Amino acid sequence: MTRVVTKFIYVTYIAASREKVWEAITDADVSRRYWAQSNVSTWRPGALWEHVRPDGAAVIAGQVIESDRPNRLVLTWAFPTDVPDEAQASIVAFDLETVGTMTRLTVTHDELEEGSDMIRRISQGWPRVLSSLKSFLETGTPLDTWADSEPRRPASK
Amino acid sequence: MLTKKPRTRATEADRETAMDLVFRALADRTRRKLLDLLYAENGQSLGELCQYLDMARQSATQHLEVLEAANLVSTARRGRHKLHFINPVPLHDFYERWVRKFEVNRLTFLGDLKTVAEGKKT
Repeated sequence: MTRVVTKFIYVTYIAASREKVWEAITDADVSRRYWAQSNVSTWRPGALWEHVRPDGAAVIAGQVIESDRPNRLVLTWAFPTDVPDEAQASIVAFDLETVGTMTRLTVTHDELEEGSDMIRRISQGWPRVLSSLKSFLETGTPLDTWADSEPRRPASK
Repeated sequence: MLTKKPRTRATEADRETAMDLVFRALADRTRRKLLDLLYAENGQSLGELCQYLDMARQSATQHLEVLEAANLVSTARRGRHKLHFINPVPLHDFYERWVRKFEVNRLTFLGDLKTVAEGKKT
């Protein structure tokens, strides 16, 4: 059986340094401010990482594949129940480039299965998260990231 | 938030410039069609997109460049093909600024109306 995969590329320009953007993605407390969920890991290649709700339940999890602060971070990305099955994992790469006084943040979400629940969720999620991240770093105020979104998938821990 | 002062003037100007590019890019039916085509199937080459457009490749390329400059389309290479991907992040910024706050106001208005209407009953 062929698994038909697709990818999405999201780009945003943020008036902040790459170091600030990197911190916003990888620091548990900072990521919670604009994402409403925390990214938790040591961010060393091979380490596990989790995307954790305020109640402590992981909603997304995976492994750190590449970590080159503050240039590039690559992770596997799956629902926690699917983590043991590596074939289920999609791949997320964060690329940070300096453009003038801004940081160009590119999020490439690859190896997504066509028609999957994950695609539906991330297509709704990334634009919200990246708009909120930009607003948070530029003005100090995040957006109401998950307003009017569909109910989140029940977490498993 | 209008009441919140942006950290720097430059940032505010940059945001406005970025929004100008988005509006300009969207003010053209071919470019809106290109976005629709990429929404339907993400990651298409120029050749694939041209099948649906009644124009020379060169014109299509120019339209794609305008969309790329507005950050509405991003590209990635696969072999010798350049693939185009829709980038909805600026549209979401636009939505946050020009659509959602009015929806929130409308909901507040309905909430007030309900309070007033129900208050009258007693």
